[in-house]
Amino acid sequence: MTYIFLQHYWCFVVALLAALLVFLMFVQGANTLIFSLGRTPDERRLIVNATGRKWEFTFTTLVTFGGAFFASYPLFYSTSFGGAYWLWMIILFSFVLQAVSYEFQNKLGNLLGTRTYQWLLVLNGILGPVLLGGAVATFFTGSNFIVEKGNIVNFQLSTFNSQLIISRWANASHGLDALLNPWNIVLGLAVFFLARILGCLYIHKQVEEGQLDNHQRIIRPLWTSTILFLGLFLAFLGHILTCEGYAVDPQTGVVFMEPYKYLHNLIVMWPLLVVLLIGVVFVLFGILWSLTHKEYRRGFWVVGFGTVVTVTVLLLLTAWNNTAYYPSTADLQSSLTMQNSCSSEFTLRTMFWVSLLIPFVLAYIIYAWRAIDKKKLTLDEINNDHAY
Amino acid sequence: MNHLLNIDLAAVDWARAQFALTAIYHWLFVPLTLGLAVVMGKMETLYYRTGQEFWKQTAKFWQKLFGINFAMGVATGLILEFEFGTNWSNYSYLVGDIFGAPLAVEGIVAFFMESTFVAVMFFGWNKVSKGFHLASTWLTGLGATISAWWILVANSWMQHPVGQAFNPDTMRNEMTSFAEVALSPVAVDKFVHTVLSAWVLGAVFVVGVSSWYLLKKRHTEFATKSLRVGAIFGLISSILIMISGHHSAYTVAQTQPMKLAAMEALYKGGTDQPLTIIAGINPFQQPDYETTDEPPLKLAVPYALSFLATNDMNGYVPGIRDILDGYTKADGTQEPSLAEKIERGRAAIAALAEIRKRNEELRVKNEEGLARRPEGESQFAAAMSDTATPNSHLEKDSSFFILHSSFEENMPYFGYGYVKDRDQVVPYIPVCFYAFRVMVGGGCLFMLLFILILAPTRGRWRSAVLWLAICCIPIAYIVSEAGWLVAEFGRQPWTIQDMLPTWVGVSQLGSSAVMTTFLLFLILFTTLLAVEISIMVRAIKEGPKGL
Repeated sequence: MTYIFLQHYWCFVVALLAALLVFLMFVQGANTLIFSLGRTPDERRLIVNATGRKWEFTFTTLVTFGGAFFASYPLFYSTSFGGAYWLWMIILFSFVLQAVSYEFQNKLGNLLGTRTYQWLLVLNGILGPVLLGGAVATFFTGSNFIVEKGNIVNFQLSTFNSQLIISRWANASHGLDALLNPWNIVLGLAVFFLARILGCLYIHKQVEEGQLDNHQRIIRPLWTSTILFLGLFLAFLGHILTCEGYAVDPQTGVVFMEPYKYLHNLIVMWPLLVVLLIGVVFVLFGILWSLTHKEYRRGFWVVGFGTVVTVTVLLLLTAWNNTAYYPSTADLQSSLTMQNSCSSEFTLRTMFWVSLLIPFVLAYIIYAWRAIDKKKLTLDEINNDHAY
Repeated sequence: MNHLLNIDLAAVDWARAQFALTAIYHWLFVPLTLGLAVVMGKMETLYYRTGQEFWKQTAKFWQKLFGINFAMGVATGLILEFEFGTNWSNYSYLVGDIFGAPLAVEGIVAFFMESTFVAVMFFGWNKVSKGFHLASTWLTGLGATISAWWILVANSWMQHPVGQAFNPDTMRNEMTSFAEVALSPVAVDKFVHTVLSAWVLGAVFVVGVSSWYLLKKRHTEFATKSLRVGAIFGLISSILIMISGHHSAYTVAQTQPMKLAAMEALYKGGTDQPLTIIAGINPFQQPDYETTDEPPLKLAVPYALSFLATNDMNGYVPGIRDILDGYTKADGTQEPSLAEKIERGRAAIAALAEIRKRNEELRVKNEEGLARRPEGESQFAAAMSDTATPNSHLEKDSSFFILHSSFEENMPYFGYGYVKDRDQVVPYIPVCFYAFRVMVGGGCLFMLLFILILAPTRGRWRSAVLWLAICCIPIAYIVSEAGWLVAEFGRQPWTIQDMLPTWVGVSQLGSSAVMTTFLLFLILFTTLLAVEISIMVRAIKEGPKGL
């Protein structure tokens, strides 16, 4: 295992975790539909309990994604989180509200009332995917920061008058400027509608047919979300395949703009192109088949698989093949590449061995998930068993 | 000096306050999670063995309370993890190579286990077999405990950095031994002490809640049996925590003598040191440790501090002034004075700056004619090695060796290079002093409580004991938080002991931004805490179903 291999490997692991996170945001997507799919308090409770059995997976994936990114690319952690402060803080805030809203909403003494907590779930359902999608888009569009690793020693000892912070945001907005770039919003909204699609399919799969008239009710939001998602996603894909990208010279480490960089990446790394096309086909097939076949309930898994592979490939396009994955628009040479931002070879190698546990973790998650989902969710179960 | 560092000092304080706020709130929920995990595991095991519905309902009741508590622990934990990046950007880069690893391992190994099986525990009663359900309950607790292990490994590394070296090419600390980090003696001590303290808190909670039912004469069978399980569990944990507490104090004395001196308000140390029981220290003002020898009204146990710190009744314990002025350690070596540490820290910084400058010159020369080594591969080390042939004309530059040796020699005091005044390296004594006494005093109180609960008392005496148990619930939380106050206030000003003071570890954020998020978190967490307590109280009043 060479250092170069380990850098690529950890990039893949982080991309995969991010892709799994996008897939698992079906929880957020379904939560935005609480009030449109659920017409009575009981129906709303059904939806909340359907997603309530899975929210921990989304949450844990977010935590693990953060931990893995920190361990493998600490300069990204320090630059993006410390710089785009407000963007991340809003995302974190919304996830805190989500975490407690399940447990609290139907408990006696919750002070704020059931509907408040359900609206907080809706809020997280909107903010989570839109802002995380927007943050991911900055991997293509760039962010406004400057990195100077020498800052902690580049000062006059006699006066101590200097700038000590290594990573700085180059404007006062601290990340909110990302929302001014329309392409970040486009991808943010695309992720949001994808989450809604997955949410619809999950409800259709999970709740016993007849309890909600599932198929009949999800048809409309599924159609609208699909049309909007496809429009936004294809526009973004078209944009990144035709725009200039942030390339890095492997010999000198110099970052430069290269026309059609991401298109070149896809062509050079053609297996990724094949996987991307397979992912897109899975997503489209899963949605269309679910729309046209009432009894078909595997759409969630088909679209989910397509989502994971598509997002993984898109993220790999930003980093592999000598690309700067976290580009700086303020100072091109501050851009983060796999080489200049990764952990030491020792750490990446040590963590490589730890990462071999991931398949084992996935295995028990699948086992536990199947055990709980053996029976479709009904109102009867909610009223007579443990429920939110 | 700080105001000359071009860093908004208020922003440093707000960043510290925000982290402290999140950590304190997080710690309101974690110990109950760890403690109840064992209690409900034990009760479900009794159900599994006996098949009695009584134990199933008992386990379910405690699991319900566990669930209310769990969500808040998870929510505050998420914020803590990301706050390293958001508020401590320099820290995250300078030590992320080491510090990130335990956080990632925690996510992969522990947190997934906890969150996967907690879902089976709550929703699986009628879906999975009894054995699988019991396993899930224990695995939830095991996941939470392993999670605590890795987080405490990360925390311990900050208190006692081991298994790393500074790499001048990447300008950061890098891991050299994962085993040293993961199995550091400080981490072992901290894990044992923290988990035991969580068990004690869990036991106090179970005993307190059960006592309330007994006083109200409700669910008496459930309460009597829960009381017994809780008290036995608590007493065993209390005995173990005393042993681990002594060991922790010994480790602190070896690795963080300033923390011990602040905990004890020991201004001037020496041999045959007594352990202070109480003294008249103004809680709102840093005492004058420079000119007085000991705090007023000091009541102490002779020789006990020397024994605690050195395992020898006559052992030498340095006081704050000794540490600032330098002293001779037990092994005969000399601990440098603060002035010398500052000088050596500055020498390390200057050497590093020079190394970086030369590296840059090397890079430029290489770019002009020779192939450049990508960053991350040690240019400096390569230039030093015998095999770095392309740069041979530069390799033998002996000043490089001198520079490098100067850097290596002074690196242990790197963080002191950013220090100017003596008072900057002395923690706030009143908090350390009183929090330590609250922690130890509380621990003794709980041990007494468990003994009284298990003792055959009757009538009024029994009622008094049960009331005491109820009162101990809030006290247990204060005591538990006090333990963390000792640990974290005691190591100030270091985010990483001797390596990185707080004012060099922060992000480039204005104080108003961090103050705003601090206030938002304060409002959010306080509201959610109020809701949680309200729900918890209702659930307790409602009681276990069918018992």
